[in-house]
Amino acid sequence: MSATATDTVTFAAGERNAVAEFSPWRAATLRFFSDPWAVAGLAFLLVLALLALAAPWVVERGLRRSAFDLHMTGTVAIGGREVEVVSGDGLPLGPNPHFWLGADLLGRDLLSRLLYGARVSMFVSLLGTALAMVLGLGAGLLAGYYRGAVDTAISRFTDAMMAVPILLLAIALASVMRQGSVWIVILILGLVNWTYLARIIRAEVLSLRERDFIEAARALGASDRALLVRHLLPNLLGSLIVFATLSVAGNILLESALSFLGVGIRPPTPSWGNMIEEGMPFYTVAWWIMLFPGVAILLTVVSLNLVGDGLRAALAPAGESGRSG
Amino acid sequence: MTVHLLRRLGWSVLVLAFVSTLTFMIFFAIPTNPAALIAGKYASKETIAKIEKDLGLDRPKPVQLVRFLTHAAIGDWGYSYASQQPVLGAIREAFPRTLSLAFGATVVWLLLGIPLGVLSAVKPNSLWDGFAMAFALFGISAPAYWTGLVFLRVFADQLGWFPLGDYQAIGEAGVLAWAHHLVLPWITLALLYAGWYARMLRSHMLEIGRLDYVRTARAKGLSPRAVVGRHVLRNALLPIVTMLGADVAYLLGGAVLTESVYGIPGIGGLAWRAIRQRDLPMVMGTVLFAAVFIVAANVIVDLVYAWLDPRIQQEA
Repeated sequence: MSATATDTVTFAAGERNAVAEFSPWRAATLRFFSDPWAVAGLAFLLVLALLALAAPWVVERGLRRSAFDLHMTGTVAIGGREVEVVSGDGLPLGPNPHFWLGADLLGRDLLSRLLYGARVSMFVSLLGTALAMVLGLGAGLLAGYYRGAVDTAISRFTDAMMAVPILLLAIALASVMRQGSVWIVILILGLVNWTYLARIIRAEVLSLRERDFIEAARALGASDRALLVRHLLPNLLGSLIVFATLSVAGNILLESALSFLGVGIRPPTPSWGNMIEEGMPFYTVAWWIMLFPGVAILLTVVSLNLVGDGLRAALAPAGESGRSG
Repeated sequence: MTVHLLRRLGWSVLVLAFVSTLTFMIFFAIPTNPAALIAGKYASKETIAKIEKDLGLDRPKPVQLVRFLTHAAIGDWGYSYASQQPVLGAIREAFPRTLSLAFGATVVWLLLGIPLGVLSAVKPNSLWDGFAMAFALFGISAPAYWTGLVFLRVFADQLGWFPLGDYQAIGEAGVLAWAHHLVLPWITLALLYAGWYARMLRSHMLEIGRLDYVRTARAKGLSPRAVVGRHVLRNALLPIVTMLGADVAYLLGGAVLTESVYGIPGIGGLAWRAIRQRDLPMVMGTVLFAAVFIVAANVIVDLVYAWLDPRIQQEA
C-alpha cells in the first residue's frame, strides 16, 4: 500500500518535471495539436485562406473562367455536347461536370464567385475583429487598471452600448453611410463587437492587478505604461486569442447577414451573404445558388469554432475536460 | 432593495435616452429631407416648407431630439413619415407576430438545448456527447436565414409538410393553422439558441461537477441522479436564466432575418423597412421598443439574482 503511494508520488513528480521543460506557450501548443478536431478546423481554414488569396489565379488558370463573365447567352461543352448556361426560360445550369457548383442567374460560375466571396468575407471579418480588439482592449485595460471614475464612465458606456439592438444598429449605420463600401462594413463589425471584449478584459485586469507580481513590479518602480504593456498585456493574450477566433466566426455570420439584407457588401462584388440573397427568390427552382454559399459559411464558422474551442482548452486546461465535436 | 430597484430603473431610463439619441444622430448623419420625401417629386418649395414646419423639422436638431424624447416618455411616438400610420399602432399590430415567433422558438430551444447539454455533461466524451456537441456546433455556426431557406426548400417545397412562409394570426385562423405556419421558423431560430445553451450548460455542469461540495455530496452516498439533479444542474442553470432573459428580450425586439425569410410581418421587418425608407419616427419607435425589452430584461434578471443570491444585494 505504502509502496504504491510512493510510486504515485514519484510518478507525479516525474511528470511535473517533464511538463516543466516546456514553456507555457509550448505546452499550450502541444495541447492544441493533440486535439484532432481543432487541427482539422485549422487545416480547413488554411486551405480556404490559400484558395481565397490565390482566387484570381485559381479561377483564371485552374478553372479557366472568370468570376465576373456573364454567360447568359453562352454555351459550354458538357460531355461533347454544347449546352446553354442559362436556358430559354431563364433557369441557369445546375451543378455539372463543367460548372461544379452550377451557375447563377447571370450564368456566372458559382464556384469562382464562392472563392472571390471568401476573399471579401475573410478580409472584412478579420479587419472587423482587429478593430474590435483595439477598441475593446483599450477600453477594458483603462477601466480595469485605473478603476474609479474612468471605470465607471467606460463600464456605463459599455452597458448602454449593449442595450442597443445590434443588428438594427448595424443596418442603420450601413444604410446611412456610403453603401457597399467594404470599409463601412468593417467599421460596423468593429463597433458592434468591442463591448464583449471590453467586459472580459476589464474583469481580468481587475483580478490581475491585485496579484503579487503586479504589486512587486509596482514596488520596483514600474511606470503605469510598463505595467500595462509588459505585465498585464502578456497575461491577457490567451483571452485575446480566443476572443479573436470566435469574433471572426461571429463577424462572418454578421457580415453575411448584412449583405443578405442588402446593406453590406453590394453586388457585383461577390460576398457569401449577397450570393444567398441573390439566390433567395429562386430557392425552389435553382436551389444551388443559395445552398453552396451557405455551406461555405457553415464550414468556415464551424472550423473557426473548433479552433476557438481548441484554443480555449489549450490555454486554460483546468477549465475544460476535453471537447468532442 | 427599494433603493437598489429605484437606481436600476433610473439607470434604465438613461440608457433608453442614450439609445434614442444614438439612433437620432445616426439618422441625421444623412442629408435627406424627410419633408421632401413625404411631399413627393413635384412638390413646391412652399409645400415642403409647410410640411417641415408641421413636423417640427425646421427647428434645431437638439430641440427635435428633446421633443421626441419627452413625447416618447408620455406615450406619443408620433406618425410614420412613409405611411402616416401612428408608430405605436404599427408596432402593436406587428408585435403579436414577433411574440408568436419568439415564444415558440424559446420553448423549442429549451426543450432541445437543456436535455442535450445535460446528457452530454453526464457522459462527457461519450458517443452521445460527440453527437450532441456536433449538433450544437452546427446550430451556432449555420446562418439562420440560410437554414430557413434550406428548410423551406426541403420541408415546404419538396415534401409539402409546411406552407411556404406566410403568417396566420392565432385569432383569425385558429391555433393549428398558426402553429403549422410557425413550426419551421421556430425550429430555425431554436437551432441557433439550442446550440449555445447546450454548450453553455455542458461546460457549466462539468465545471461545477469538479467543485468540493459536489464531491462531498457524492461521498456521502447520494445517487448520481440526485447529485446531478439537486446539486449540479440547479447551479448550472443560474447563468442559463440570465442568458434566457437577454435572448428572449432581444428576440422580442424583432428577429429581422428569420422574419424576412419566412415573410412574417413582425417588428424586425417593420424596423428594417423603416430604416430603408428613412422613416425617422418609425426607426426611433422600433429601436426604442427593442431597447425597452433589453433594458427591462436586465432589470428583471438583476432582481431575480438578488432574490436568489442575497450577497448580490449588498454589493449594490
